[in-house]
Amino acid sequence: METASNPPPLDLLPGRRTFFGWLTYGLGAVAATMLGFPIAQYFLGTWQRRASWVKLGAVDSFLPGVTRMVTFDSPLSQPWDGRTAHTGVFVRYLGQDDNQQAQFLVLAVNCAHLGCPVTWFPQSELFMCPCHGGVYYANGERSSGPPPRGLFRCVWRVQQGNLEVQAPHYPTLDDTLDKSGAVASSASRLARCKHA
Amino acid sequence: MRNWLSRIGGWFDHRLGVRAIVLSTLEHPIPRGAAGPLGWWYVFGSASLTLLAIQILTGIGLSLVYVPAPDQAFESLEYLNYEQPLGWFLRALHYYAGSGMVVMVLVHMTQVFLHGSYKYPRELTWLVGVLLLVCTLGMFFSGQILRWDPDAYWGLAVAGSMAGRVPVVGPQIVQLLHGGPVIGGDSLSRFFALHVFVIPGALLLLLAAHLWLVLRCGISAPPDPKQPVDPRTYDVDYHAELRRTGVPFFGGAVLKDAFFSALVVIVVVALAAIMGPKGPSELPDPTIGGANPRPEWPFLWLFALLAMSPPAAETFIILVLPVLLLGLLFLVPFISNRGQRAPSRRPAAVLLVVISYTVLGVLTYKGHTAPWSPAMNAWSSDPVPIAMVKQSSPLQLQGSAVFQNKNCRNCHALDGMGGRRGPDLSTIGTRLTRDQLIDQISNGTPGGGNMPAYGKQMGPHEMTALVEFLVSLRPPGQLPARVATLDPPP
Repeated sequence: METASNPPPLDLLPGRRTFFGWLTYGLGAVAATMLGFPIAQYFLGTWQRRASWVKLGAVDSFLPGVTRMVTFDSPLSQPWDGRTAHTGVFVRYLGQDDNQQAQFLVLAVNCAHLGCPVTWFPQSELFMCPCHGGVYYANGERSSGPPPRGLFRCVWRVQQGNLEVQAPHYPTLDDTLDKSGAVASSASRLARCKHA
Repeated sequence: MRNWLSRIGGWFDHRLGVRAIVLSTLEHPIPRGAAGPLGWWYVFGSASLTLLAIQILTGIGLSLVYVPAPDQAFESLEYLNYEQPLGWFLRALHYYAGSGMVVMVLVHMTQVFLHGSYKYPRELTWLVGVLLLVCTLGMFFSGQILRWDPDAYWGLAVAGSMAGRVPVVGPQIVQLLHGGPVIGGDSLSRFFALHVFVIPGALLLLLAAHLWLVLRCGISAPPDPKQPVDPRTYDVDYHAELRRTGVPFFGGAVLKDAFFSALVVIVVVALAAIMGPKGPSELPDPTIGGANPRPEWPFLWLFALLAMSPPAAETFIILVLPVLLLGLLFLVPFISNRGQRAPSRRPAAVLLVVISYTVLGVLTYKGHTAPWSPAMNAWSSDPVPIAMVKQSSPLQLQGSAVFQNKNCRNCHALDGMGGRRGPDLSTIGTRLTRDQLIDQISNGTPGGGNMPAYGKQMGPHEMTALVEFLVSLRPPGQLPARVATLDPPP
């Protein structure tokens, strides 16, 4: 009767159980990888889009020395973005340089402080930010207030008589913008800075 | 009938076996003091829970109509406000019950802090509570984004600019926050997911842990100066006292909770019905300048602190201060988990609470009035007060026009009307001389402070007229300002 009170040993074949254990770990690892990789890739995959150029209008349509906002639908937006896709940049035609090339100053609307939208006041030739009172001069240079630098400049080019701008990443203001950083104080200095 | 019901109940409980757990939970003894008049201090946690239930209910209701896409979000909110029967009420209730939840959580935390209830053995309960506060605030912020008005859109822009200041990985964090290179559908969807799935999930899990800890560690007795906390003897004493004098939880204590919760529900429902839904103010249009995003009220203090701090401290306040404050809250039970619990014996704790709420209150008020923001329309919408130009010479009149045209008014008020970023100039003629005015206007604040240099922004004739106007701004009978060393007194 001794055998009846003692339950039978679990491992009839200890080797088989060890093997089954390892098999389970391995299978689990494969399952976790198969599940984890695509899901992690989905979540972490940064949403990359190629640089796209936006036509802002014929060079002739910009009056020299006049700053105005040009609006466009950002090609970086989603089809369901609605009005939010409609963005803009400040464009100032600086005239032609010594090589008869049209020169532009294209400034992002986002304040360099915390990204609020600045307004252009043609009467005083100043950009003012509504949030913390950052002020910039017409050339985008910082005038006063908390911004640590001047307004961000967008990368532009002239193609077949049209001004085009690389769709800016709002308000990251990082990779599509003119990296040269230092804001030119005059048209002649700007002419030397590289643009696409 | 009753017999029949109890048989059905018995059938279920034979399989579920929850009766014993539920009964013992309801009847578990709590300290006698917590069931007496002092028990009114214990009602704030359950009130937070009641408001959370309202939030879940109204949240599910709103999700039946709301569309988390930028081209439809605004319209669906307007539909809720004006078309869907009682949609306006659900939106309003969701806002005011949410606000009430923040208030109740804060009051609950303050009570726990003042009564030293976070001390041994309830340190972990406090930590989970701090995480619940973070979740509650996270719900508030993500909820504001779903409103998809200019505050939401530009709030995201500001949040992105702040996150962009993180060294090295800043741009990646911004990308993660906005879900793409621009603010749009991906940003809204991700805050929808946060608001509806991620944060509520975390909140409910943490809440379960919080409640489990409350049951397991027991409700703390009202503080008694004669009974300081000693971790070596606390548990034995606490349980001995419970056995001797404890009263069941389901009784007087629950009645107080229920009474207060009912009161809170009546208040938020009345507030919702009277005040109506909040926003959405208008469609966010990135091409319209002058948008001045305001955070919701729980964040106004941080907004104000940021606006009033020197630029050098900004990045610290954005990136380090919140972490520091959170870390301090976490550290509370580890700084002192023993000793006195009574507020009468802990003057430093009481003082800390008074100072904290004074600072938060003042900063919130400042954030609400935001005197640092220029009034972008003042130059064209606030006329120069007639009394100031009634006796003016033509040159002074011209100067007043320059003053308006050059947008001075956006930062400088006249007679209290206009921007308040710079000083009110109603009596500037008594404070600055002609030369000082020219210097100030031409060069602005030295070192690129708060006033831009207008030297290149206006011609000599405009400057002459403007200064003439400013010098004339004096109360009747007052002489213009003079330099004491140069001008002899008249």
